[in-house]
Formats: sequence, C-alpha cells, structure tokens
Amino acid sequence: MRTPPSWRCPTFSLYLTIFRYGFRRHAAYRAAAVAGAFTNTVFGILRAYVLIALWQARPGLAGYDVADAVTFCFLTQAFIGPMQVFGGTLDLAQRVRSGDIALDLVRPGSLLLWSLADDLGRAAYLFLLRSIPPTLVGAVLFGIRFPAEALTWAAFALSVVIGVVVSFGLRYLVALSSCWLFDDLGVQSLSLVMTTFFSGMILPLVIFPGWLGTLARALPWAAMVQVPADVFLGKADLAGALAFQALWAAALLAAGALATRAARRKVVIQGG
Amino acid sequence: MTDLVRTYVLLAYTWVRAAAQYPVSLAITTVAAFLVTALDVAAIAVIFTHTRSLAGFTLLEVMFLYGTAGLSFAIADLLFGNVDRLSQHVRAGTFDAMLIRPASPFVQMAVERFAFHRVGRIAQAGVVLAIALPGLEVPWRRAWMIPVMVVCGIVIFTALWTLGGALQFLLTDAPEVANAFTYGGGQLTQYPLSVYGDDLVRGVTFIVPLAFVNWQPALYVLGRPDPLGLPHLLRFLSPAAALALACVAALAWRAGLRRYRSTGS
Repeated sequence: MRTPPSWRCPTFSLYLTIFRYGFRRHAAYRAAAVAGAFTNTVFGILRAYVLIALWQARPGLAGYDVADAVTFCFLTQAFIGPMQVFGGTLDLAQRVRSGDIALDLVRPGSLLLWSLADDLGRAAYLFLLRSIPPTLVGAVLFGIRFPAEALTWAAFALSVVIGVVVSFGLRYLVALSSCWLFDDLGVQSLSLVMTTFFSGMILPLVIFPGWLGTLARALPWAAMVQVPADVFLGKADLAGALAFQALWAAALLAAGALATRAARRKVVIQGG
Repeated sequence: MTDLVRTYVLLAYTWVRAAAQYPVSLAITTVAAFLVTALDVAAIAVIFTHTRSLAGFTLLEVMFLYGTAGLSFAIADLLFGNVDRLSQHVRAGTFDAMLIRPASPFVQMAVERFAFHRVGRIAQAGVVLAIALPGLEVPWRRAWMIPVMVVCGIVIFTALWTLGGALQFLLTDAPEVANAFTYGGGQLTQYPLSVYGDDLVRGVTFIVPLAFVNWQPALYVLGRPDPLGLPHLLRFLSPAAALALACVAALAWRAGLRRYRSTGS
C-alpha cells in the first residue's frame, strides 16, 4: 500500500510552505513596512551624524574610518526589521496566553521549526522593504562602502540569515518564558535592553572600552548586528565570523528545543 | 478643563491598579524603562571615553542637553504618548466606543493603557540632569530658564504626539511614520544640534521646532554662541514655539476627528 501523501515525512516541503506563508502574511502590511523603512531611514541619518562627529574627533578609531562608521550606522538600521533588534517576542507569546498554543502543539511539525520557518518568511519580506531602502538612502546622502568582492556578498548573505536565526532563537526563548511567567512584559523589556546595547545597535561594539568590549563581542547579540556588519565592511575573518554566529544559533536553537519539551509538560489546557 | 483632568486622573489610576496586579512585571518593566534609557547615556559615556568634546560640547554639556530633553520627552510620553496607538483603535473599531463615551476622546486615547512603568525614564533623565548641573556651575540669573525649557519641551513633544495621532486618521495602515517625528525628535535632541548638518538644524528650528525643546534655551543657560549664528532672540522663543505648535496640533486633531470614518467592525 502506498503511504498517503499526508503521512509522508512532512519536513522540508512543509516548512517551505510555512516560510512562504510567513512571507505573504507580512506582505499584507506593506504600508506598515514602508512606514518602518521611513522611520529607520530618519534614525539612520540622525545616528550617522553623531558617529561622523565622533570619527571626525578621532579619525581611524577602532580601525574604522568615517565611511565605515556611516556604513555601519545604516546597516544597523537595515537590520532592525528582519532581526527585530528592539527585542520583542513572537506571536507565540500571545498564543500561550490566549490558549491557542494548544492548537500549535498538535500540529504535524515541531513547534520550534514551525515558528522558525514562519519567522524566516517574515524576515525575508522585511529585508526587501525595510533593509534595502534605508541603505540606499544612506548611500545617496552620505556614501556607503559596498563590498567589492562576490565572496564578501555571499558571506554577508549567509551572515544575515544566521543573524536572523540567532535573533529568532532569543525571541523564541522570550516567548516560551510566558509559559511560566504568564506575563512576559518584564522579560521582553530585559531582552530589549540586552539586544539594543549588546548587538551594536546603539554604538559599534568595536569602540566599547576594555572588558566591556570583550564581553559584548562574545555574547550572542553580537551575532545580530556587529558580526554581519563587520562581514559587510570586510573587517572580519569570514570563517571565524560565520562560525561564531553558527555556534550561537545552534546553542540557542538547542535551548529552544529543550524549553519546548519542558513547556509541553508544563502546559495546562483549560478545557472548553 | 478640571473635568478633563479628573477623568484623566481617574482612568490613569485605574490602569495603574490594573498593572499592579502583576507586581513583579511592573517592577521589572519600570527598572527596564530606566535601564533602556540609561543605555543612551551609556552610549554618550562610551563616546566620551574616546574624545573630550563632541562637536564643540563637553560631556557635562551633552549630559545637560540629554537630561533636559529626556525629562521633557519622558513626561510627555508618560502623559500623552499613547495617542500614537490611534491607528490600532481605528482598525479594531474600539475608537468608536471612545466616541460615544461621555469623556473627551483625546483624554481617553492619552490615558488608555497608562504606562506607569515609564516613570523609570523620567527618573533616569532626572538623575542625568542632577549629575550634570552641579558640574556646570550655571549662574542663578540664567538658571531660571531650566524649568521653563523643560515645560516647553513637554508641550512641544505632546504636540508632536498629537500631530502623530492626527496623522493616523489619514495613514491608518502606517502608524510608524509618526515615530520618525516623535521618537526621532527624542533622539535628535539628545545631542547638541551642532552635531547635525546645517540644513537639518535650520529645519528643526523653523519647520518642526525641535530646536526649542532644549538647544536654543540651553545655549542661553550655558552662555554659548550659536554655532550657526542664528539671532540671539531665538533663545527666549521656546514658549512661543511651543504654543504655536500646540495650536497646530489641536487643529490637526480636530480636523482628523471630523473626517474620521469608522471601519464599521
């Protein structure tokens, strides 16, 4: 007897479909994405001026010149949409509170990978609408240093994807924390603090002084902004940078899988 | 007017009590609000580990600019920042409910989900100002300007939030545009305007009067010449700028309210 289609291993094509739906779900909010790109551009301009003033006072600081600093600044703004640099959580947290999580847990796929595929779809859409326009405006207004080699572009693309996975891993843990805490606002705000500061979003991590800089560059948040930006600027050893990101992505996904197992036992379905 | 204030206080108190049902979350969010804004100061501190002056201003002077603007921004955000959720209410249809209640829709919008934890930001800006002021040795004959500029700043930011809310009657699907002016304004005023390009400074002096939140009055308090050579008189015009922007915002809000059409859901 042939296995009916629905019983075949659902893995790749299922997650590809969820990825597509994640993309299309966010594509429904085009006006919001354009507005976000506008805001990111305005902030990029404001922050660029501050960095220009610093690098004019200290030319060559941390191995960056003014063009590198401006490029870095617009890249951070470009990453806000796809990587949710302002912390945040997943729809999942809301579903834990409303009880809809019960439906998610019986779906034919792992909750972790299901959410990841959906989030990658979201990131892909936001990359097109919220990452490319601010970067182009920055290039026109201030001049941006684009990579010259194809290899750098390829490494950058990979680095951005892993960055999104790291960001997802962190947000997934934040979202699952609401299984235990009921109200995840507190965890969300802590995540906001850590993400904005330790990703390189506010200032490049390369100018953090002493041990603070060493610590910041070793934490997972660095994989979200600082590392992909350094890959783009050609300031990083490519293999090392990608390995650093991949290590954190794997560790966070493993933690997410463990947390999902614990949550399955914890979850209380309130009968209807 | 007293009616509006009484409604506001009553509703705010209700929301605070609601938030206090999750005391741990309330404590964490308040501390986090303090920390998140403290990061901006941390950024300023990191910048000044590498240089002694930024665009001609010292660390204490930048902290003074940051503290005054931060105080205005945080108070305006606590009291009226929620107006920028208008589009959510329009889309969900909950704005209709506000229109039929016997209270001003503006007050209801402003106080909806009153975010008590934002006092963390006010405290943070206050701390920065308190650290910066003794070191600056501002003479008393110029210090009177400090409370005036903070109040004018509150009015200007409140007017910006109201304009942002009014804009959402038009751009219901794109509320984030307003953030560029409200949060963007908060970001812009953290640093001396001499950091930014000359055209940008003229724009925020004569079009969106953000220069009157802290920059122009601070030049007076600190006794500094205007890097752009703009008229000396501008330093005293913050109240006029705040009043003018408030009038524009009130007109825009009313115009938005008049053309509002319910989504019908």
